Amino acid sequence: MANLTSFNLRDKGAEIWAGWSRPVRTVFVISFIVLIGLLPFAASWGPTSFLNTPITSFQNVLVYPVGMFILMALGLNIVVGKSGLLDLGYVAFFAIGAYTQGIFSTLYGWNTWEIMPFGIAFAMLAGVILGLPALRLRGDYLAIITLGFGEIIRIVAINLSVTGGPNGIPGITNPPSFLGLHFDLMHPETYFWLVLVMILLVVWMVRRFTVRRPGRAWEAIRQDEDVAALMGVNTLIYKLWSFVIGAAVGGAAGVLYASKVAVISPDMFKFDVSILILACVVFGGIGNIWGVIMGAGILAYLPERIRFISEARQLVFGAVLILMMNLRPDGLLPRKKREKITEKRSM
Amino acid sequence: MNFSVVTTQFWSLVLQGLALGLIYALVSLGYTMVYGVLRLINFANSEVFMVGTFATLYIEINILGYAATSPSLHGAKLIWTLLLVFIGSMIACALLAMLVELVAYRRLRARGANRLASLISAIGVSIFLLEGMRILTISRPMTTPRLLDKWSFGQFHGANFRIDTMMAIVVPIIIFVVLDRFVTKSRLGKSIRAVSMSEENSKLMGININRVITLTFCIGGLTTGAAAFLYTTVYENTIFNVGFNMGIAAFTAAVLGGIGNLRGAFYGGIALGMLEQFASAMLGSQWKAVTVFTVLVVVLLFKPNGLFGEAVQQTRT
Repeated sequence: MANLTSFNLRDKGAEIWAGWSRPVRTVFVISFIVLIGLLPFAASWGPTSFLNTPITSFQNVLVYPVGMFILMALGLNIVVGKSGLLDLGYVAFFAIGAYTQGIFSTLYGWNTWEIMPFGIAFAMLAGVILGLPALRLRGDYLAIITLGFGEIIRIVAINLSVTGGPNGIPGITNPPSFLGLHFDLMHPETYFWLVLVMILLVVWMVRRFTVRRPGRAWEAIRQDEDVAALMGVNTLIYKLWSFVIGAAVGGAAGVLYASKVAVISPDMFKFDVSILILACVVFGGIGNIWGVIMGAGILAYLPERIRFISEARQLVFGAVLILMMNLRPDGLLPRKKREKITEKRSM
Repeated sequence: MNFSVVTTQFWSLVLQGLALGLIYALVSLGYTMVYGVLRLINFANSEVFMVGTFATLYIEINILGYAATSPSLHGAKLIWTLLLVFIGSMIACALLAMLVELVAYRRLRARGANRLASLISAIGVSIFLLEGMRILTISRPMTTPRLLDKWSFGQFHGANFRIDTMMAIVVPIIIFVVLDRFVTKSRLGKSIRAVSMSEENSKLMGININRVITLTFCIGGLTTGAAAFLYTTVYENTIFNVGFNMGIAAFTAAVLGGIGNLRGAFYGGIALGMLEQFASAMLGSQWKAVTVFTVLVVVLLFKPNGLFGEAVQQTRT
């Protein structure tokens, strides 16, 4: 058991990665992406058909919840994992993106590609409006304020007429065809590729940020905010940036989600979703992209796979969370050891 | 906007707000006590409250044998029945809260894990309890027997001094006075305060940290159980997801008053109860939560440690 709990797959992976030459790495990455891209067909191929989910088809499960959760968990990871801010209302940005898509497509007939920048912009704007006052406060107050914000967005959506009240918005249009790929109910795999592209974009963005100035500032803030401020890091600005970038990813996920499901209603954006996304981040390993992707994938896929025990599904989910956290408190793939040692001191 | 309500129903709103707010205050102790010692949000407390309401129901119906249609009781029988249910609910919640600590916090604490990890395990416990109760009750709301006949002491400018409302005001005040004495004066209370100031130093002073932490969970459970009893006596029904809104409200109350601060929880609860009553009377009940959170943000902007401060350094008095 000790071996199981202390084994760090992430460090092992990094070791192997460091030993490879550039062409080997390129080949590995490309073949890995292609393999993931082929996932929608895994359910109908013999050896991997055990992946198939009852009730909802596997291809749809891959888009929502799996793909969407990974996307959102990556966004929340920027906020929670990189700069150490506890956000309990992440679903608010998802909702803003989804409602932007819903309102603009049904009222003005815009298509998803045109709405996407607006959805992201609105989510970022909401991030600034919420973040400017909230980020001046200490950690746990931020948690309750973001929680409140998530609830407020939902309540506003229930009570306004433009958002369709409790019934929501029906008849949201699918994105138009792009490069000969059709996005509609018959082609869930194209949606999956779309989500995959977005995930890769976010991963690329986060990796760029991490090695540059913002990443270093976030790291400093996470370890000790006072020391970071003393060293001349403008903590409020960088915290706001991480909050807003996280919000942008959430907004983008929301736009995509609304265009996929065609009907949105306020009860899709409950507090549970925020908690679930946070659970994905912590479960996989806070701050480590690959851990977060793995955690979100498992936590999104597992409840769908075990739908045959439908009644007790969430019960098992709760038990898994408790058990996992007790066995591996740092998540499936913890962040680098170097980062952890310095973190201990500030705890 | 409907301002005339404020003048016509002022006293009624104050009374209702006080009763609701003091129930919030009792539940918020489950958050604030634990936060004071562990610096962690005790996420499972909302479900402890939920279990408390069902414990009340279970004792009344399955152990004491009253049906939802039973006639109400009078005299000495009423008093000891209510007392029995009250204590039963408190004990059930206290045991559950201590179990939560054991399952979700203790092992993680011993390993010095990240604080978010315990947050997630507490969320796991909370999902487990919620779903367990949902399956047990088949998502049905349940009605409790009306053991207490709701007679009124009289009216004052439209405020109806009903017995259950008065009970929801008097009982929490007594609990708070007792608890305040306990935390400031008794040996155990002092050790709680010591741990909340510095865990390391209290360890050096020979305080058993694990015992103190279990004790704070126990106290939080006791008060949450009391709140669950009062809630079921006033509203006479419960459902598996009753804890969610209560938990958010109680946590907000704790933050409003200054989390980790005992008296802060008391005043924060009252402030929140009043605010909710007046906001729903003036703007309609659908905007209640929006008003509450807006006020919370504004208060935190000007008083970043809540209305009464965190008082971590200078004891929790």
